Amino acid sequence: MKHRYLPMTEQDQKEMLATIGVESVEELFSDIPESVRFQGLYNIKEAKSEFALLKELKQLAAKNEDTDSNVSFLGAGIYNHYKPVIVDHVISRSEFYTAYTPYQPEISQGELQAIFEFQTMIAELTGMDLANSSMYDGGTSLAEAGMLAASHTRRKTILVSEAIHPEYRDVVATYAAGQSIDIVTIPAKNGITDLDALKGLLNENTAAVMVQYPNFFGQIEDLQTIGELTHEAKGLFVVSANPLSLGILTPPGKLGADITVGDAQVFGIPESFGGPYCGYFATTSKLMRKVPGRLVGETVDSEGKRGYVLTLQAREQHIRREKATSNICSNQALLALAASVAMTALGKQGVQEMAKQNIAKTRYAKNAFEAAGFEVAFQGAHFNEIVVKTNGSVTELNKQLLQDGIIGGFDLGRVYPELENHALIAVTELRTKEEIDSLVEKMGVYNA
Amino acid sequence: MHNENQSLIFELSKEGRVGYNLPELDVPDFDLTELLPEGYVRQEAAELPEVAELDIMRHYTALSRRNHGVDSGFYPLGSCTMKYNPKINENVARFSGFANIHPLQDESTVQGAMELLYDLQTSLVEITGMDEVTLQPAAGAHGEWTALMMIRAFHEANGEGHRNKVIVPDSAHGTNPASAAVAGFDTITVKSNEDGLVDLEDLRRVVGEDTAALMLTNPNTLGLFEENILEMAEIIHGVGGKVYYDGANLNAVMSKARPGDMGFDCVHLNLHKTFTGPHGGGGPGSGPVGVKADLIPYLPKPVLVKKEDGTFHFDYNRPQSIGRVKPYYGNFGINVRAYTYIRTMGPDGLKAVTEYAVLNANYMMRRLEPYFDLPYNRHCKHEFVLSGRRQKKQGVRTLDMAKRLLDFGYHPPTIYFPLNVEEGMMIEPTETESKETLDAFCDAMIQIAREAEENPSLVQEAPHTTVIGRLDETRAARTPVLRYTKA
Repeated sequence: MKHRYLPMTEQDQKEMLATIGVESVEELFSDIPESVRFQGLYNIKEAKSEFALLKELKQLAAKNEDTDSNVSFLGAGIYNHYKPVIVDHVISRSEFYTAYTPYQPEISQGELQAIFEFQTMIAELTGMDLANSSMYDGGTSLAEAGMLAASHTRRKTILVSEAIHPEYRDVVATYAAGQSIDIVTIPAKNGITDLDALKGLLNENTAAVMVQYPNFFGQIEDLQTIGELTHEAKGLFVVSANPLSLGILTPPGKLGADITVGDAQVFGIPESFGGPYCGYFATTSKLMRKVPGRLVGETVDSEGKRGYVLTLQAREQHIRREKATSNICSNQALLALAASVAMTALGKQGVQEMAKQNIAKTRYAKNAFEAAGFEVAFQGAHFNEIVVKTNGSVTELNKQLLQDGIIGGFDLGRVYPELENHALIAVTELRTKEEIDSLVEKMGVYNA
Repeated sequence: MHNENQSLIFELSKEGRVGYNLPELDVPDFDLTELLPEGYVRQEAAELPEVAELDIMRHYTALSRRNHGVDSGFYPLGSCTMKYNPKINENVARFSGFANIHPLQDESTVQGAMELLYDLQTSLVEITGMDEVTLQPAAGAHGEWTALMMIRAFHEANGEGHRNKVIVPDSAHGTNPASAAVAGFDTITVKSNEDGLVDLEDLRRVVGEDTAALMLTNPNTLGLFEENILEMAEIIHGVGGKVYYDGANLNAVMSKARPGDMGFDCVHLNLHKTFTGPHGGGGPGSGPVGVKADLIPYLPKPVLVKKEDGTFHFDYNRPQSIGRVKPYYGNFGINVRAYTYIRTMGPDGLKAVTEYAVLNANYMMRRLEPYFDLPYNRHCKHEFVLSGRRQKKQGVRTLDMAKRLLDFGYHPPTIYFPLNVEEGMMIEPTETESKETLDAFCDAMIQIAREAEENPSLVQEAPHTTVIGRLDETRAARTPVLRYTKA
């Protein structure tokens, strides 16, 4: 058959069959027993021409309400941020996106060096000694941190703050079930992890304490104290951190974290309906040989020239099989590249300025909501999210806001029953004063 | 590729340069020390580079030129299915209605995306012969673990939580035993026989009432079809275990045999391999899992369903589910690409894909057979494994030949895998390569075999034309430098 991806001609086929010494292509499948042989063709949609398919899929895409043509205040772990235009130009270079994992370093120096730079930037932002080449996303990265902690401490209980992203907590629980690790939830009080409750839960079985920074409600946790309490109990302190916020917040590495994980989606990666994103995993030198996934290290060639290789592979599945520190193989290399380009473009100053703008705009929104008579649920320090109490269902309210081209905040009642009629509103640097004012005004009208 | 030292981006940094342009701050600025608790305002800035936009573009363009992708040249990396990555896929994934939708938007606002996912699920059900598919796993290994967690939940629900052994052939991908361990199982290795297939006698010996599952790749990593698959499934089912299909090699059997018809209970696919992901330099992937009816209750949450009114819905009410395996719904962007590919190929196209992939592999195998040892001499499927034993006797190792291939502009095959072949070279051409490309590669291989005899040092000292020579991996591991530090 003729197809633009299939260069085989009839002449080619004839010559190749002759070289092989068979009469037909079918003969090459003679080792598949008749009884399991699939007959005919798959019952799937017929092929479409390039033009017709583009047209159909464009129409399908247009059925969705996107954050480009609407004004979004939806965050809850994934944010609508400034994406430097160059990010997409770089990751569209097919030398990067059509390559496999850099197993042949001599012809993969570009990818290897880009990952080395990514590892450096993540280590810088988190204040940790080192970072790996990426994980699937923030949630699975947190779960891997939990497994590392359990194996390192030989303990079987992980304390997880209720103020961590609920979907992250679910993923941690699924992984924990496989390892027979117990998950105990540390309750939140006034929107932050309850330290008194934590003290009561810590004991000699505690492998790790996990908190989020800023937490799911946008509030800043007292990492210093939580870290000290965790270490007194000889557990590992695991922080899930929004790396953008670390442009302005004291990094977890300076506040006692043993492992810092999170998602670099905030750096140049579109919301893309849940993925692909870019999990990161950063830790201390002490835990270096237990890190999951790939690490790139610097070395030299036979002439002393600097170069980069995948290293410490004795941790990994393709060498260690069932004794590996994790089963991860493919990770999110292309997204790590995207995040690197965004972090490079923002640079030392931009990451601070962008983080600061998020705090300032969110503070402005908080004041505006309060001035309009809304109750803002938690009064602690925040980054780019606040919790606003509404009179009725947030989901219903959001349907009305959409009529005005606004994608409203996350309906917290969906996962926290006690927070029914509370919206988690995210305000990033992209939201203008006018848009914030409009949100407050419209919510005031619909809320009445 | 050009031959000069490549600076790190940090070494290009100069204080005061910027590469960004944020919106103007149009609300009052605040004093951070008033808004943040004491000790929580960062004191030392993160040392990110300070570089202007052109220099950033030049830096990454230079890096890209030091990287080999499928678009740069032939990439016969066995088991990785390095086929062409269609450009239409990239365009579709970037449509704003796909790229710029938030996973927590109300379902009514993302019906187009959900329809696409549902249609992809339905297509994969047909392609695998399974009863239901989840698109959530982020990659192959993640899919393996997800399916094993479901098998674990199935046995526990049947009061058989004692089943703690997963059987894996010695030729299996390393992820198989690693995924089994993460899911809390012990691994038992089953041997291959002299034909390169699972030794049935050994399989009978290792199964028992503690058997949870057998993980099998078919065709296996030697590129050989496990002809006794029905008997193997019978052995495992006979002791109450489940049979798991590692779909890494699905490119070999599309429209020829479906895992669901071969007795498999569950399967994972690598959409970034068979369905043109792309690979991205090591991800992102997508590793959907298909299951037979009795495993459906354990699928990860949420399950995408079509309601009677024709709308799509994420169902969280799944009391027996293993839970969430990933935040949100999987690597949507990769699923969009795979869907675009399936719709581009259609039923005839997918059949041709497999036929040409297998034809290409057999052709190369027969062209190279006179020059290298071929441990398993029978029709292969989409890939085959040569042994460098003959050349090793001349002092030239498979690693040397792989490095010599770099001088010809090729990415080498997968080497030293599977583990049951001495000095193995695993070659997978894929269906998107022309006969001319295959011939040119074979010519290079034959030339290298000749060099190994006549001028071994030329091969032993390769590569000669790359931007960098062989790197000191021992040094990298012994004194790890995993980040740049300002001098």
